[in-house]
Amino acid sequence: MAYFLQQLINGLTLGAVYGLIAIGYTMVYGIIGMINFAHGEIYMIGAFICMIAFAVLGFMGIASVPMALLVVLLLAIILTAAYGWTVERIAYRPLRGSFRLAPLISAIGMSIFLQNYVQLLQGARVKAMEPVISGGFVLMRDGSFQVTLSYLQLMIMSVTVVLMAGFTTVIHRTPLGRAQRACEQDQKMAALSGIDVDRTISLTFVLGAGLAAVAGVMNTLYYGVIDFFIGFLVGLKAFTAAVLGGIGSLPGAMLGGLMIGLIEAFWAAYFDAAYKDVAAFSVLVLVLIFRPSGLLGRPKVEKV
Amino acid sequence: MKFSRLALASVLSAVLLAACGKDDGDTIIIATGAPITGEYAAFGEQMKSGAEQAVKDINAAGGVLGKKLKLEIADDQCDPKQAVAVANQLVNKKVKFVAGHFCSGSSIPASDVYNAENILMISPASTNPKFTERGLAGVFRVCGRDDQQGEVAGNFIADKFKGARVAVVHDKQAYSKGLADETLKQLGKRGVAVALTDTVTPKEKDYSALVTKLKAANIDILFYGGYHSEAGLIIRQMREQGLKTRLIGGDALVTQEFWTITGPLGEGTLMTFSPDPRKNPIAAPVVQKLQAAGKSAEGYTLYTYGAVQVFVEAVKRVGAVDVAKLRDLLKKEKFQTVLGEVSFDSKGDVKAPGYVFYEWKNGKYDYTAM
Repeated sequence: MAYFLQQLINGLTLGAVYGLIAIGYTMVYGIIGMINFAHGEIYMIGAFICMIAFAVLGFMGIASVPMALLVVLLLAIILTAAYGWTVERIAYRPLRGSFRLAPLISAIGMSIFLQNYVQLLQGARVKAMEPVISGGFVLMRDGSFQVTLSYLQLMIMSVTVVLMAGFTTVIHRTPLGRAQRACEQDQKMAALSGIDVDRTISLTFVLGAGLAAVAGVMNTLYYGVIDFFIGFLVGLKAFTAAVLGGIGSLPGAMLGGLMIGLIEAFWAAYFDAAYKDVAAFSVLVLVLIFRPSGLLGRPKVEKV
Repeated sequence: MKFSRLALASVLSAVLLAACGKDDGDTIIIATGAPITGEYAAFGEQMKSGAEQAVKDINAAGGVLGKKLKLEIADDQCDPKQAVAVANQLVNKKVKFVAGHFCSGSSIPASDVYNAENILMISPASTNPKFTERGLAGVFRVCGRDDQQGEVAGNFIADKFKGARVAVVHDKQAYSKGLADETLKQLGKRGVAVALTDTVTPKEKDYSALVTKLKAANIDILFYGGYHSEAGLIIRQMREQGLKTRLIGGDALVTQEFWTITGPLGEGTLMTFSPDPRKNPIAAPVVQKLQAAGKSAEGYTLYTYGAVQVFVEAVKRVGAVDVAKLRDLLKKEKFQTVLGEVSFDSKGDVKAPGYVFYEWKNGKYDYTAM
C-alpha cells in the first residue's frame, strides 16, 4: 500500500507536468487545427530562462526563496510567452489560409531552429542547478518504508490544479474565452461578428507558452538538470497525452497527461522499467482504436 | 550516345578523384570521434582537449617525419548511427588515424568502417569487451575492459559491503549493459545475492519510479552501469525521497560535470577507473599546459593524448604512415606516453594496470580510502 501510494505520487507529479504542456498543444489544435511541434521547444526555453534567472538572482544576492521563485516564475512566463507570440507571428500567421501542411512543416522547422538557437547560445553541455527547495513531508510509514511527498511535488501538483481551474474559467467565463470558442467553431463567422481572429489566435499561443514556461520552471526546480534537447522527449509525451485525452479538449489534455504519467510510474513500479514507454504508447493505440477522437474528444461533425 | 555519356561520366569522376587525392603533401590528417554535443558532451570535451593538446605539442616539436599533424574533430553524439556517418565522413577526409570514439556503442560500429578502410583506431575510452573481441586488426584501446572493471567492482562490493542489499541497474546502452553484466557475473561468483536488477531509459529526467523501487527493496548499494548524467539524477532523486543508498558506478562518472549535477549530494559516490594518469610525473608538463589554457586534465583527456602519442611514435618507428605495418608494430613494441609505458596484446587491448576505486569527496574524485 505504501509502495503504491509513493508510486502514485511519482506518477501524478510527472503527469501534472505533461498535462500543463499538453494544454498548449490542445488549445492550438482546437483553434487553428494545427499541431504546434515547436511547443516542446517553448517549454525548453522556459526551463532555460528559469535557470538563467536563478543564476542572475543568485548573483545579485537575493536570498529569499519565495521572493526569488516569484520573480523567476514571472520572468519565465513573460519571456516565454513573448517567444510563443513571436513564433506564431513569424512562422504560422503568414501561412494562414495556405494549404494545411504548410504550417505543420513550418512548425517542425521552428522546432529545429529553436533547438539549435539555444545550443549555440547556451552550449551543448548539460546545465545543472543545486536544489533550491528541498525536504518534504513523510505521509506514512510502513516498516522502514517511508512515503514522502516533497515540497516540490506538492507545489507542482497544486500549481497545476490552480492553473487548470484558472484556465477553465478563462475559457468558459471571459470574453477572450468566448472569442476562442467562436474561432474554434468557425473563424470566418467569428470575424464577421466582430472578433479579432488574429489577436485571439496570438493570445492562445501566448497562454500556451505561459503554461509551458510554468512547466519548464517546475521541471528545472524538480530535476535540476536541463539541456537544449529536453523539449523533444517531453514534447512528444505531452503531445501523446493531448491525443490520448482527445486533442482539442482542455480537460482531456490534463487527463491524458495524468494517465501517461501514471502508466509510466506504475509500469516501472511493477514491471521492467525498460518497457514503460511501450506501455504508455500501447494504451494510446488501444484508446485510439476504440475512441478515435480520444478519451474526452468530440468527434468532428462534418458540416453539410 | 549512351556510350559517350558513360565516357563523359567516367572522365568527370576521374577528374574529381584526382582532385580529391591531391592533398596530404605535408600534413597527416588524424581525427578524434567523440560526443561533442548531447548528453555526454563533457567527455567529448575531455577527448577534444586531449587530442588538441597532443597535436599542438607534437607539431611544436617538429611534427612527424617532417609533416605536420592536422586534427579533425567528429561529433558522434554518442549515437551509433551518427558514429557510422561521421566515420564515413572521416574516410572521405583521408584520415589515417582515429583516437576515438568515446561510447562503446559508437566505437563498435565505427570500427567496422575504419577497419574496412584501412584506418588505424585507438579508443581512449571504450571499455566494452566486444570492441576488441571481433578480430579486427587495426583496432586498439588504451583503456581497460569492462570484464576487468566488472570483476574489480564485483569483488569490491563483495569485500567492503558484506551483507549489504545490492541492486544492479543499467541504461541498456552497449557500455552500460556490458559493465552491469560483468559486475553481476562477478557478484554471482562471489556468492553475493543481488536483491534487484532493473533498467532505465537514458536521457530521461524522471527516475522516481526506480527510486521508489529501490526504497521498497531496502537497497544499500546501487551498482549503476551508465553515464554520469543519469547517475547524477538518480542520486538527486534518491536523496529527495530520503534514500541514503550509495551509488557505485564505472568509468563514465569521471567528469566534473557529475558533481555539477549532484552537488554535495554526490558525496561518497564510488566509481572504478584506471589509475589516475594525472599523478604520473611524466604527465605533469602536459597537465600544467592544459591548466594554463584553462582546461582540465580530468578523465579521458590524457588517455586521448596518449593515444595520439602512440600513433606518432609508431609512425616514427615505421618511417611511413603504412597502417598495415603500424598495426603489427603496435602489437609488438612498447611506447612511452603520458600514461606511462603502453603496450598492446594480440587483440589490441592495452596491457594496463587495470582498475582501482575512486570516491567523490568535496567536489573532487580521488582514490578511495576504503
